[in-house]
Amino acid sequence: MSDTFFSGAPHWTWFIILYFFVGGIAGGACFLAAIVDWFGGPDDRPVARTGYNVAALGAIVSGALLTVDLGRPLRFWHMLLQSANVPALMFKGWSPISFGAWGLLFFGFFSVLAALGGMAEQGRLQNPALRAVGGAVHGGLAKVVGALAGLFGIFIAGYTGVLLSVTNRPLWADGPWLGALFLASGVSTGAAALILLAPGRGATAQSLARLSAFDTKALVVELLVLIVFVASLGTVSKVWLSFWGLVLLVGVVGFGILAPLRLHAQRRSLAGAARLVLLGGFLLRLVTIFASEGIEHYRVAAGM
Amino acid sequence: MAQAMGFFTDTTVCIGCKACEVACKEWNQLPAENGGVRELSGDSYDNTRKLDGIHWRHVRFIEQFKGPYDGRWLMMSDVCKHCVQAGCLDVCPTGAIIRTQFDTVVIQSDVCNGCRACIAACPFGVIDINPVSGTAQKCTLCYDRLQVGLEPACSKACPTDSIQFGTISELRTRAEKRVAQLKSQGVAAELYGADPGGPLGGLNSFYLLVDKPEVYGLPRHPELPTQNLRKSAGLSVASAAVLGVLALVGLRKRRMDDMGGAGGGGPN
Repeated sequence: MSDTFFSGAPHWTWFIILYFFVGGIAGGACFLAAIVDWFGGPDDRPVARTGYNVAALGAIVSGALLTVDLGRPLRFWHMLLQSANVPALMFKGWSPISFGAWGLLFFGFFSVLAALGGMAEQGRLQNPALRAVGGAVHGGLAKVVGALAGLFGIFIAGYTGVLLSVTNRPLWADGPWLGALFLASGVSTGAAALILLAPGRGATAQSLARLSAFDTKALVVELLVLIVFVASLGTVSKVWLSFWGLVLLVGVVGFGILAPLRLHAQRRSLAGAARLVLLGGFLLRLVTIFASEGIEHYRVAAGM
Repeated sequence: MAQAMGFFTDTTVCIGCKACEVACKEWNQLPAENGGVRELSGDSYDNTRKLDGIHWRHVRFIEQFKGPYDGRWLMMSDVCKHCVQAGCLDVCPTGAIIRTQFDTVVIQSDVCNGCRACIAACPFGVIDINPVSGTAQKCTLCYDRLQVGLEPACSKACPTDSIQFGTISELRTRAEKRVAQLKSQGVAAELYGADPGGPLGGLNSFYLLVDKPEVYGLPRHPELPTQNLRKSAGLSVASAAVLGVLALVGLRKRRMDDMGGAGGGGPN
């Protein structure tokens, strides 16, 4: 039996699952937006702007979800400042929650700036202060802000899996692949969100086709990493011989990866495939969390 | 720094009286569960079940019976191990978990914000949320009593000296003598967590066991959670690089197509 079975469950449930899902989409969408911003053509701008908007909104929602999940939500700032020694900073480079809190803060900052820049570009900002900030983010500065948002975005998409690996819990700590898996899933769900939202913001059919082609590749990477992740678990894999294993196989692999791959291959229903990718991304977080959360230390110790 | 202090728990003399549990609850003013109305677990005499935010001591009962007249009871009073290399302290993002001058590990309840990273990090399942405070809690090795020269409440209350308190060096000497004594009597006794060269740099609360650690609900090779950090982060970066390259290749292909289309004078 793996030594991880003797640890206790941290009760990370719905708020954390939603955070992992929303943060993954926001981070993945921002990463793609930054790439398109830097290396795409003028007709890709709607995709980049949509990506920054998704990122900004996702970062704000992520912060809110993490805060309400705390046992003492009003102490959320203890993650950033030393509560007994304000204004000294609180940072541990070896603690994923610590560097993740800082990463989310910077991701939110740069993605909101990038989103404001995109809105100012379209003349959509009515508030004078926001218009002034958004107006300042243009040209070379906008590119730099977009790049930083994209880098912090891909960090947010992946660190959540690393966070789970840096525990002593069954499944999460029994292999090192969760970070890579969540990152691939974050990018594929980010692309799916852009496929669904960008058409309403002026994205061309060619831009969407390229996003779809990229999502196909991201889904293949996700599937490969998922297979390696399960294989790396060794005897712990038998945890998947449960309801959660069924959801993983049917929901994540079947509906969330293989079905959209088939739709992409047949060049049918981009939106339908994107919705399935989002469903699969959500279910991936759900089964990863609940399959481990359900293993209770005292039952293991008592041989139940 | 004062000398490292801790517990040596000799499970062979534990009688399962739970005086340690009661003394711990009383001294630390820990609340009752479910208003004091507790369902019987059906698991031997163990109705506490596990260590958590309001149970900092837990007497485990293990029944090993092959038949009605052929068997034995194992009993062990479990507690935080106050690891020399503590995973909970490593991952705590608020600095709420500290190492004291007695080399013990304490959660400062006024700093903890209840993120629960320490719960998942502990290889022994020791920590949990105290629903009254909303923060993670566990045994403090009676830090308040130690500071005024008193012995922890649990070891003070233990009627058989199954829980012994003292300096780690003295406890190790005592434990080795006890193991030698038991072995001379034909008992297969082993120390768990006493070796400073062992897992987690040794445990400041260590045990004398007469069966495999797993039987007592203890991991054989407890590890620091941060051992996975470098590898997991490296694989994530590699995955990001692969996906970034795939995205760039897609955009480059578009440019090539555009250039090809422009140069070839295709249909407009």
